[in-house]
Amino acid sequence: MTMLPAPAPAINSTTAEFWKATTEGRFLLQRCNACDIVLWFPRRNCPKCWTEDVSTFDAQQTGTIYSFTVVRKGTGAFKDAGPFVIAYVELADGPRIMTNIVDCDIDALHVGMPVEMVFHDTGEGSALYRFRPASR
Amino acid sequence: MTIRGAAYVAGIYEHPRRDIPDRTLFEIHTEVALGALADAGLQMSDVDAVFCDGTAGFGPMSLVEHFGLRPTYFDSTETGGSSYLAHVGHAAAAIAAGKCSVALITLAGKPRTGRHEVSFASGSDSGFESGWGIAGAPHTYALAAQRHMYEFGTTSAQLAEIKVAASIHAQYNPNAYLPYAVTVEDVLNSPLVADPLHRLDCCVVTDGGGALIVVSPEVARSLGRTSAKILGHGEAIKHTSNGGIDLTYTGAVWSGPRAFAEAGVSVADIKYASIYDSFTITVLQTIEDLGFCEKGQGGKFVMDGGLVAPFGKLPFNTDGGGLCNNHPSNRGGITKVIEAVRQMRGEAHPSVQVPNCQISLAHGTGGSLGSKHGSVTLILGQEDA
Repeated sequence: MTMLPAPAPAINSTTAEFWKATTEGRFLLQRCNACDIVLWFPRRNCPKCWTEDVSTFDAQQTGTIYSFTVVRKGTGAFKDAGPFVIAYVELADGPRIMTNIVDCDIDALHVGMPVEMVFHDTGEGSALYRFRPASR
Repeated sequence: MTIRGAAYVAGIYEHPRRDIPDRTLFEIHTEVALGALADAGLQMSDVDAVFCDGTAGFGPMSLVEHFGLRPTYFDSTETGGSSYLAHVGHAAAAIAAGKCSVALITLAGKPRTGRHEVSFASGSDSGFESGWGIAGAPHTYALAAQRHMYEFGTTSAQLAEIKVAASIHAQYNPNAYLPYAVTVEDVLNSPLVADPLHRLDCCVVTDGGGALIVVSPEVARSLGRTSAKILGHGEAIKHTSNGGIDLTYTGAVWSGPRAFAEAGVSVADIKYASIYDSFTITVLQTIEDLGFCEKGQGGKFVMDGGLVAPFGKLPFNTDGGGLCNNHPSNRGGITKVIEAVRQMRGEAHPSVQVPNCQISLAHGTGGSLGSKHGSVTLILGQEDA
């Protein structure tokens, strides 16, 4: 599998801290200090109690595949990528997040497979968080 | 207040064409509006409420201007392909509240031959749910299919049975985009688009449109045409739930009970169902979620002709559905209501007409099973239902 393209995401005032951290190899999650739930994706207000009293922490960069699909032919920036994998990964810290699985044998992928995070620099002040099969 | 019996679907029209290079979007809106009004026996000047999705211009204003109307009520609820079922429910509520008496609901789109640039403002998911190479609905619906297979052992052959049933119906519809029957093997041998979905697990892409006329009981009684009584409506939005998405069920688990409760009927009363069929997995999950079978048993339910009209356990999508007939503007909701009304009137093709079709259901799923979607359930009945 060739290197997947890494198109830059749109960044706004709420997500700037998150995306800056990705360029340092860090994946930030938020926790609501009032109701103690983990938030995904970055927000100013807790979606359960709507307080702005949320804090940020460095998340574990591991998880398991919750579901995946092999896209046989991409379009746009992914036109020449060959078959590639879109997935939901359930993070060790809880949230199920949409992502790509890379550096893998697509025929060996399965739901429940342990994976670890890698970062692909977009060249525009952000890095995409993707996953590969866990090394151990 | 309930909408049970407060309004009727009195007119329907499905654009007969699937490629429409020679009409603008707004011309198609007019064409289908006039078609449905003629079906009901009404005039454009009778319309006092206009309903459209978010693609018909600047909210409802562009369309109302185009039609040359001055409605007392309007609504541009946008939940993708389920919008039009929501419009029916909202129109019925508005009629029950005395806000209007003749509601016009139209859809038009040209994804085949026209520019089809539907764009919406980004939500707070921007950058987190887009990207990743997602370039169409199949990619995210495939995620739902994969997880359903993992949890319940659903197979590709079972999903294929849904396409086969739709195709059996489509062969009686001369306007269908794919008017021929296919086999399970045909589906499984078609190219994988996004595992586990094959090309034939996907709906067709068609230009087209459709329209519905929803009227008060007084107007319905004044018309010579048989109308379908609106018995119940339920709607719900299912989303990623703060990183807690569960891909094995749809918003039908919430919209269905609301509609059944309002209608005062149960799944056993449903003689025919139009089930939104953007993909085979959409149908499979929806019939489970509406309670036609237990969760996880959808694969078994659809086997052995379970969905084939007129005598299957649950005759569905007798026009060929989005899977074979028509998915105008990449939105299948309006044709779901149209075929349900044909069944209530006894005007489906004789080969697929369900006998004594007293109560039917139409269900829409707009957006994505893989992230967020709007689910809307309608229950329709004949006059004495």
